Amino acid sequence: MQDAIQDLSLKALAQALKDQRVSATQVAEHYLGLAQGHLAPKAPNPLNTPQDHSCGAFVSFNPEHTLAAAKASDERIAKGQARALEGVPIAHKDIFVTRDFPTTAGSNMLNHYRSPFDATVVSRLADVGLVNLGKLNCDEFAMGSANENSAWGSVQNPWNRAHIAGGSSGGSAAAVAMGLAPCATGTDTGGSIRQPAAFCGITGIKPTYGRASRYGMIAYASSLDQAGPMARSAEDCALLLSAMCGSDVERDSTSLDLPSEDFSRDLERPISGLKVGIPKEFFGPGLSPDVKARVQEALSQLKAMGAQLVDVELPKTELSIPVYYILAPAEASSNLSRFDGVKFGHRAKDFHNLDEMYRKSRSEGFGQEVQRRIMVGAYVLSHGYYDAYYLQAQKIRRMIANDFQNAFKHCDLIAAPVAPSVAWKLGELNDDPVANYLADIFTLPASLAGLPGMSIPCGLGEQGLPVGLQLMGNYLNESLMLNVAHQYQTQTSWHLAKPGATGVAA
Amino acid sequence: MSLSTQEIQRIAQLAKLDLNPEQGEKMRGQINAFFEIVEQIKSVDTSGITPLAHPYDAVREVQLRLRPDLASEPNQRESNQQSAPSVEDGLFLVPKVIES
Repeated sequence: MQDAIQDLSLKALAQALKDQRVSATQVAEHYLGLAQGHLAPKAPNPLNTPQDHSCGAFVSFNPEHTLAAAKASDERIAKGQARALEGVPIAHKDIFVTRDFPTTAGSNMLNHYRSPFDATVVSRLADVGLVNLGKLNCDEFAMGSANENSAWGSVQNPWNRAHIAGGSSGGSAAAVAMGLAPCATGTDTGGSIRQPAAFCGITGIKPTYGRASRYGMIAYASSLDQAGPMARSAEDCALLLSAMCGSDVERDSTSLDLPSEDFSRDLERPISGLKVGIPKEFFGPGLSPDVKARVQEALSQLKAMGAQLVDVELPKTELSIPVYYILAPAEASSNLSRFDGVKFGHRAKDFHNLDEMYRKSRSEGFGQEVQRRIMVGAYVLSHGYYDAYYLQAQKIRRMIANDFQNAFKHCDLIAAPVAPSVAWKLGELNDDPVANYLADIFTLPASLAGLPGMSIPCGLGEQGLPVGLQLMGNYLNESLMLNVAHQYQTQTSWHLAKPGATGVAA
Repeated sequence: MSLSTQEIQRIAQLAKLDLNPEQGEKMRGQINAFFEIVEQIKSVDTSGITPLAHPYDAVREVQLRLRPDLASEPNQRESNQQSAPSVEDGLFLVPKVIES
């Protein structure tokens, strides 16, 4: 059984657990054994596990807690009280606060921080029986596209260790791709679920803004931040998303007041007659030929399955870069003002007055990219510049959202590449923030519009690195996206391809 | 547009960050490079467009909710203060704010 655990879908694993063909304790021990060898290079390693071949995906563990939760699952199963995903392990991006594990958001600012509560998403997933394996590496406060901004060190791409895993949910993507966890949570502000999912060859979905509670998700840009699942397949993601989403009106002021949904309900529906919009702005000269070829093959596959491809326009696509990188830092500068060294977080040792305490604590605690975004945000919100930058960006944001509504008059869903290239080399763009920002071009539009977006593996590009197909749906249309993704995955096997394996035929 | 060294230091003050001259110069170069890609937004005609704050507002007017102003949380002073840098008798300690 042990060898096969990693090849099971979440549904099959939950069934194997329920049938007591394997115990939750065995499954937890199996995954802990693998995951504990993959701590981030600068993460504390109290377990004294050798880390020679670590990809850097994890930042903390609490094996006692994990095994106690697994034991509780085994007891429920024995009593016939198994919940939907009883005993299935999951790992959480370190941006979600957790009572039983440290929470650092990839920052020195929160080194030693312990949350007094669990994020709503974490407790909702625990409520369906998922067992928390540990916390996953990410860019500091989710600010980054390469996972090179983590205070605990970079994450390596499982397909080619010299390359980035993507970001900001790089630990989540690498852990799932390497089979260190069957599934993970991520967060997506400007592409942080979709891009690392694409770069590591897994499936990930960011739901409509407001679907998943932001309570306990350490805030970066509140009008953009959304949680979502990352796993091997669309079928797995649908199960997780159903558990994660639901209104949380008492705790999150922007939570949509809608009932929970079963996102698996339409998975098996044939997609013939479906209109798939292809935005020409996503296929311009900036798109690498290898990515373009894989995405076009995926579109041909959808067509062969009965979908109709239609041309649509998203003319403001390029503007989404400056608009996002004004709005997100503006919100970040305000959100991160809470880190002042008073109630939690790092406090400098030497200071003479309160103001100096603030400045020193923040400069010591925050990394370079975070400080840069705080600076940009403070500037665009400052007197005399607010109208020209912040307000103008918010107006263009509405125009971008309107463009999507016009496009959806002609199609049911939009398909495009996730990123202009495959994962670049570690360190390659590290000192060039603008180059990093430009690479986000294809994920930012859906984020700004608050639309659901998804990445599914659609082949391998240069140097055997994975390519992702992005699906963008209209508001609340996640079940259609998951349906299309699942149907694609019944006809192709890219989502089953594993790092190290070669020539997996579609 | 190009930010000067002085402007960078002024923003750092606003953001409560300490930048030494070397860090300030590096920051200045990077922020100015960023504003080169930002300038294009100024030429976009946005007359008559309402700013979008909550994205779902693009299709449906979103009412921001208020809840009754009632204490709903149990007292968890100890666990809430467990990560505080400096606490005494259940109070957060900070340097003197008003000089006598």
